Amino acid sequence: MTRWLQDNMPKIVLAPSFIAVMVFVYGFIAWTAWVSLTRSRLMPRYELDSFIQYERLADSPRFETAMVNLAIFGTLFIVIAMVLGLLLAILLDQKIRTEGAIRTIYLYPMALSMIVTGTAWKWILNPELGIEATVKGWGFANFEFNWLVDPDMAIYTVVLAAVWQSSGFVMALFLAGLRSVDEEIIKAAQVDGIPTWRVYSAIIIPSMAPIFLSAFIVLAHLAIKAFDLVIALTGGGPGYATDLPATYMYAMAFSRGDIGQAASSAMVMMLVVFTIVVPYLYSELRTKDD
Amino acid sequence: MKSYVLSTASAIAVCAAGAVSADGHAEAEVLHYWTSGGEAKSVAVLQEEFAANGGTWTDMPVAGGGGDAAGTALRARVLSGNAPTAAQIKGPAIQEWFAEGVLADISSVAEANDWANLLPASIAAHMQCEGTWCAAPVNVHRVDWIWANTEILAANGIEMPTTWDEFNAAAETLQAAGIIPLAHGGQAWQDATVFETVVLGLGGAEFYQAALVDLDPEALTSDTMIAAFDQMRTMRGYVDPNFSGRDWNLATAMVMNGEAAFQIMGDWAKGEFLAAGKVPGVDFTCASTPGDGYLYNVDSFAMFSVEGDGKAAGQELLAELIMGPNFQEVFNMNKGSIPARTDVDLSGFDECAQISAADMASTNDGGTLMPSYAHGMALFGAQSGAITDVVTAHFNSDMSSEEAVQMLANAVANSR
Repeated sequence: MTRWLQDNMPKIVLAPSFIAVMVFVYGFIAWTAWVSLTRSRLMPRYELDSFIQYERLADSPRFETAMVNLAIFGTLFIVIAMVLGLLLAILLDQKIRTEGAIRTIYLYPMALSMIVTGTAWKWILNPELGIEATVKGWGFANFEFNWLVDPDMAIYTVVLAAVWQSSGFVMALFLAGLRSVDEEIIKAAQVDGIPTWRVYSAIIIPSMAPIFLSAFIVLAHLAIKAFDLVIALTGGGPGYATDLPATYMYAMAFSRGDIGQAASSAMVMMLVVFTIVVPYLYSELRTKDD
Repeated sequence: MKSYVLSTASAIAVCAAGAVSADGHAEAEVLHYWTSGGEAKSVAVLQEEFAANGGTWTDMPVAGGGGDAAGTALRARVLSGNAPTAAQIKGPAIQEWFAEGVLADISSVAEANDWANLLPASIAAHMQCEGTWCAAPVNVHRVDWIWANTEILAANGIEMPTTWDEFNAAAETLQAAGIIPLAHGGQAWQDATVFETVVLGLGGAEFYQAALVDLDPEALTSDTMIAAFDQMRTMRGYVDPNFSGRDWNLATAMVMNGEAAFQIMGDWAKGEFLAAGKVPGVDFTCASTPGDGYLYNVDSFAMFSVEGDGKAAGQELLAELIMGPNFQEVFNMNKGSIPARTDVDLSGFDECAQISAADMASTNDGGTLMPSYAHGMALFGAQSGAITDVVTAHFNSDMSSEEAVQMLANAVANSR
């Protein structure tokens, strides 16, 4: 008996979480996929009706806006946050005296929830309350900064707030990466008289590739599931100019009673995640085999 | 007090007629989203009456999202087979829920109290599900109101506009005088609210019915619809540059403070004026938006199929009380709307409410009493949402009116 327990303990301990994951993650993904193939409206119905919801999605100008916004937001957010984070990390890495204090200041936005970030930036960017009004108050009567209420520019305000929120966190990741590079190699390079920028660009940064990948994965999934920031900052507006797939899905499921549409847009979001995560997993698993 | 005794007596009569549990105890669990100050006060009136009639009231308020959160909670409850006794649902959503087979029949109460003759025909139709009564109306909000700052109008020599051309002329005058003509909050539903009043005003009730209720493709792409979008584009020029995302009550405050002259918004805006101590006819003026007709938004409670005699008795008592003259009067005075039943004495109501009630009666006779699409009274959620998407996309970009009607027809076809 004890022998049997000993052999099977790992399985017994893992079973509950395994079952929970199978049901609550993969089971519900399958359920969503099923619903996305029906004509469900207010309540889920289970009669299959081919790809009608995906056709409706393809015809929807609002979903198109949401996908374009995701591309703009995702690309800019990831690139700018990584570049800024790396720059801040390198500057902090120069063995300066007040590093602890500065690091805390940079990391601080991370402590705020996206809702708070969004609301704060909503006030900062509001033409009648924030930056525009302040600069006008200084006497520059022609100064304009009305991105928040301009349908063509509003999505960039979302990028701005998201970068503000996340670049400190990326900095922390990179800083840890910089510190983990072997001191000996750097010292050797310095002895050889190689300039600091060359040390960074040729030795330190290339050896940080896994950190880049981690930062990318974290930022990418933040971008795809971005929801609360948009709701707090622009409410999806002006019009639906700052809609993202997540806000689209929410609107369909919870305000419109169009569960079929919501399910199909959720499936599309999941596919986007897969296109990012699957190559990552593949590369991870392959390196282990080597 | 007299009406109190009366309603108590009739409630007892109903209980005697209907199913009563062993101890005759009526119970009701009510899911609603009236959680703001004035609304909570209004619903408390119903709670007290219910308790005074010997019932046990279980309150289930779900705050936020204009009912979105309440809808989600309701869905979860119904899916788990534990529906509340009554829930705040309105418009075609009542029929949508009925189609799911979860609504109860309260015809016995409705017929005993002659609801069919107490309610305007089109509003009564919303409360019926394939011939049976399944919901009780609480109030009627008029949507097609235009609110104005009396002082600004007087100072600029402007009368309340009766056509959209007059409105445009007045707006030009105001703009020249450096006043924001139209206070507007740039949220999709507010764009839709303005849009439907423009469609009603320019096209008349028959066109409104064809375009926004029956979704006739010909009406949707007609010249009248193009004209409606043209008017929206014109009005885009009358709002201040910072209107995006503004809440409706902040726009009302702009009219109140004299920053802007007009606001187009339902009569819940009146509550804001009254709460600030403004007097109708003195500080602010109310008038229906240009054109004939009346757009209504009726709050109602749908009754769900529940098990147990106590709950059934509670449901009947609730339906009885909701349509009772006392509740209809007190509730609507608190909320700023007008009673759904037409025989309530309105002498205690303000000027705007009296106009609203008189117009409801006359438009009901004239066949121009129309359900508001923007407030979920005319269409299913997916359909009205599709229209609102186009309206707000047009209002917030430089899209042409021809493009907009084409997009409108496509969106409606896509939402079916």
